[in-house]
This record gives sequence, structure tokens and C-alpha cells, in this order.
Amino acid sequence: MAFWRVPLDAQDIQITQGGVYIIDDRCKGCGYCIAFCPKDILQFSDRFNRKGYHPPVVVKPGECVNCHYCEIICPEFAIYSVEIQPVVSVK
Amino acid sequence: MTTNPKRSAKQPEHPLDDLIRTDRIPHIWCPGCGIGTAFSSCLRAIKATGLPYNRFTMVSGIGCSARGAGYIKLDSFHTTHGRAIPFASGIKMARPDLKVIVFSGDGDLFAIGGNHFIHAARRNMDLTVICVNNLTYGMTGGQVAATTPNMAKSTTTPLGNPDSPFNLPLLAYASGASYIARWTILHTRDLTTAINEAIMRKGFSFIEVLSPCPVNYGRRNKEKPIDTLKLYQDRTITKNGADPARAEIDFDRGVIIGKFIDIDRSACDDRYCEINRPCSDD
Repeated sequence: MAFWRVPLDAQDIQITQGGVYIIDDRCKGCGYCIAFCPKDILQFSDRFNRKGYHPPVVVKPGECVNCHYCEIICPEFAIYSVEIQPVVSVK
Repeated sequence: MTTNPKRSAKQPEHPLDDLIRTDRIPHIWCPGCGIGTAFSSCLRAIKATGLPYNRFTMVSGIGCSARGAGYIKLDSFHTTHGRAIPFASGIKMARPDLKVIVFSGDGDLFAIGGNHFIHAARRNMDLTVICVNNLTYGMTGGQVAATTPNMAKSTTTPLGNPDSPFNLPLLAYASGASYIARWTILHTRDLTTAINEAIMRKGFSFIEVLSPCPVNYGRRNKEKPIDTLKLYQDRTITKNGADPARAEIDFDRGVIIGKFIDIDRSACDDRYCEINRPCSDD
């Protein structure tokens, strides 16, 4: 994200990270999740699912911010995101 | 230092899988149809109330959206055409402790069932009516409906609809509903909040959900489903507390969406108990 001025606490803000799960065989390829993802991390895949549609695929896996919008706009109950707890390793 | 998290090997369940009949999914709704989104938003609102699931029941009539009653894993009824509201009123009078949700389409609720709608609103029956408005009769092949906008093309009006449509929030307001809102499937979070408020509101609550019908409305009016959603994004005006009389659906002028009415009025089952069951124990 481009800032006009970097916020003073930008280093301390932790952005939630999400993992997107797609149930391929429920998808009907309407493309709503792809069109309305705020981070544009989804794209149509080349594969076909069982019904002959192209389900979405995550192309930028690390960039999901777990906003759940794909999950709530999907008419097919086929996509959802789960928060990934950051693993902090102790040096 | 933050390292890349490990993905668990097993895929977790979809968060709504406990409320849908997963053996019937994928459902029959066409690719790009908005009913699925309205339905999932309704399920999410049911979840968000925190009430036990056996205190809910869903009633629907006939039509595409009315298939929702068959996909929810609660007590649900798929009634005859247009008769969802009378059936739901019966449930409410017999079991006033239940939260009764009517999930149906515009043709079912306002064309054949219009009379039932205005009278349930007049009596302020404690129901939550969710009307998925796709501006046409989707299931029967895209005939002109009571909500089809003026000059829109349909199977039965290939040159454009000469008549003006119903303004559903105004109709509900004039009949006496106590909660009226209109959202589109793109405003999913507001829609979920509105359904949640409507479930908790005592009295007749009506929520109109604008939803694309890509196969039978969009195709004849040169609108791809994504175009319809873009229209919802660009040509809607969110205005809570707006006058329902100004809420006609005219995308050239802008469609007013939001929560129109939220008032407290005595509900039918309360008045009935007060007058007819004064000595009951409970």
C-alpha cells in the first residue's frame, strides 16, 4: 500500500494475515471473489472442476489480509479465509 | 522475527457448513445469481444473533429464492406459491417464541402474495421478511414482473416494459411495517447487520435485497453479472432514514439504499395474547 506519509507507528501495526481456502467442486465460476478482492490476490485457474467451471486460485498467497469479503460475497459457499496466527520465533 | 506460518494439512470446514445441507450443495442457482449471497448473509445473521438454532424457522414460497428453505439445516417449510407469509403467520401465532424468517422472491411475495404481504404488515405480524428482488420472474423464464423497471426488456415485453414497477419499501411503509431496509448483495456486511436487526426487532420487518439475475434479466438487458454489481457500486446512494417514497429503482437517477424505517409498534401476537388469552399461565 502506498502512503502519502508513512504513519509514525507503521512498524508496530501488525496486519492480519489470512489463508484462503477454496472448495473447487462448489464453484460455478461467477468471478465475484476475483473482481472484488481488495488485494487482487485471486485469479481464474486453468483447471476445470467437476462441473466444468474454472475455480479461482490464489496467486499471491502471502497478501491476504483476512477481510472475509470473498467469503461473504461468494454465492456458492465455496471460498473462505482463516486467520493465520503469526509464528514468532525467539532468537 | 516473523516466519512464514505452517498451513495445517487438513482443510478446515466452511464456517457456514453447520447451517447448510451440504449434501445438496452445489445448489441450483445459476452462476452469477445473487440469491446465494443473500442466503449466506441470512445464515450469517442467524449465527450472529447467538440464539439456539431450534428457535428459528424459515418459510418460503415458490421461485428461485424460495429454494433457500431446502438448503438450510433448520426447520423450514417450502409452501405453495405466494402463501409463505400466511403460513409463517400461522407458525408465529401457534409458537410465539419462534423467530420466523420468510425468505422468498419478489414475484412470490408481491405479485401472487401481495395481498398477504400488506395484511401481515398491517397487523404487524412478528416476522422477518427477506425479499430477494431480481426484477423479473427468474424461474419461469424472465417474464415481466411487478418489480420490472420501466422500459426494461423481458420475454413478454421485448420492446420494453411500458408500466412502472412497485416501490417495495413504500408499499411496506404504507402498510405499516416496523422495520424496512433495502440493500444489494454487494453491500453484504450492511445486509447481514440489517437482517440481524430485523430478526431481533419485534414486529413486521421487511428487507429488500437487490440481486442480479444474469440469465433471465441481465442477458435481455445487456448486463453481465459483474456489470450489475458495478451498477450497484456506482449507482446506489446509501441514505439511512430516507423517505421510502423516494426509493424507486431507477439506476439512471441512483437507487437509494439503507435502513428506511425502524419504529416500535405493538405486534400482533402480543395484542392477541393480551385480549384473547388473559388467564393463560405463561
